[in-house]
Amino acid sequence: MRDFTEIWSYLAQGPLLWLTATLAAYAIGNACFQAAGRRPFVNPVLIAVALLAGLLWLTATPYPVYFEGAQFVHFLLGPATVALALPLWDNLGHVRRAALPLLAALLAGSTVAVVSALALAVGFGIEGEVLASLAPKSATAPVALGISASLGGSPTLTAVLVILTGIVGAICTTPLLNALGIRDWRARGFATGVAAHGIGTARAFQVHPTAGAFAGLGMGLNAVLTAFLAPLVLRLFQ
Amino acid sequence: MIPALLTLLAAQLAGETLTRLTGLPLPGPVAGMLILLAGFALWRPLVEVVRPLATTILGNLSLLFVPAGTGVVGHLDKIAAHGLGLAVVLVVSTLAAIAAGAQAFAAVAKLLGTEPET
Repeated sequence: MRDFTEIWSYLAQGPLLWLTATLAAYAIGNACFQAAGRRPFVNPVLIAVALLAGLLWLTATPYPVYFEGAQFVHFLLGPATVALALPLWDNLGHVRRAALPLLAALLAGSTVAVVSALALAVGFGIEGEVLASLAPKSATAPVALGISASLGGSPTLTAVLVILTGIVGAICTTPLLNALGIRDWRARGFATGVAAHGIGTARAFQVHPTAGAFAGLGMGLNAVLTAFLAPLVLRLFQ
Repeated sequence: MIPALLTLLAAQLAGETLTRLTGLPLPGPVAGMLILLAGFALWRPLVEVVRPLATTILGNLSLLFVPAGTGVVGHLDKIAAHGLGLAVVLVVSTLAAIAAGAQAFAAVAKLLGTEPET
């Protein structure tokens, strides 16, 4: 076994091993997601995170060592955020045709997301780093991580909270909006994108193409608004 | 692919520089997104330069959350301590936000008399 131990200690030092593990874990998660008929509660990111967390624990690997390899994937969050300009551009026609309803929905959805999360969290005695990490939870992950870091939150905790928010939104949006009797696909999609970012948007595309396009628009606009809103609202609760 | 990658990185770099210069409370990449949007408006062909790469990246967006998400291993104590609170916060605030957004849209659309798309 000595040989294996030597190979392991060599590989465990470089970025190759954990970069490969990150892609492999995501590939497994994505395969599960496809096999389950793309149901929102079988989330590929959660599966990948659980697999990697188990692997780190089994091999007694500290997170910073893992991140040495995973940082190449993590770095792409920045360019991915910039790339959100494309779906926004493609949907500018929608914006012009329904500008006022969109503006009202964006302000209402975004404000309720941040204020209700922080007010409830304070009620449960959550404060400090965890509270700051909650503030941007409805924004799309690359943006939320940036907001969290600038507010004194923990980007890694925010990542998990953002993903869970998306899953909750994706599972609940259709029954909730049916119960409320809202049938306009634009309203349904846009509100889902504002509150539940990319995971909610993926769900909206499954339900109806118009809902999907508006969800993508809601996600993009909420990313910008949350960046301004989260610091202001957080100050009220600190 | 290189012009597309260069465009995304240059927009991000411009965004990072701008937010640091002005002290705007905006993550650099979000400013970069707005700068790229302005770039699209100024020079239309840029949209098609960026489209293939942007579509690929956005199509695999959730992969990019995995490294940060795995950082949850460092927060298991906080999540255990606030588990119930965090669960209630996430469910209630997400449902409230969806309901508020959809109702605001429907109410204003009705006020303006625009046809709903059902």
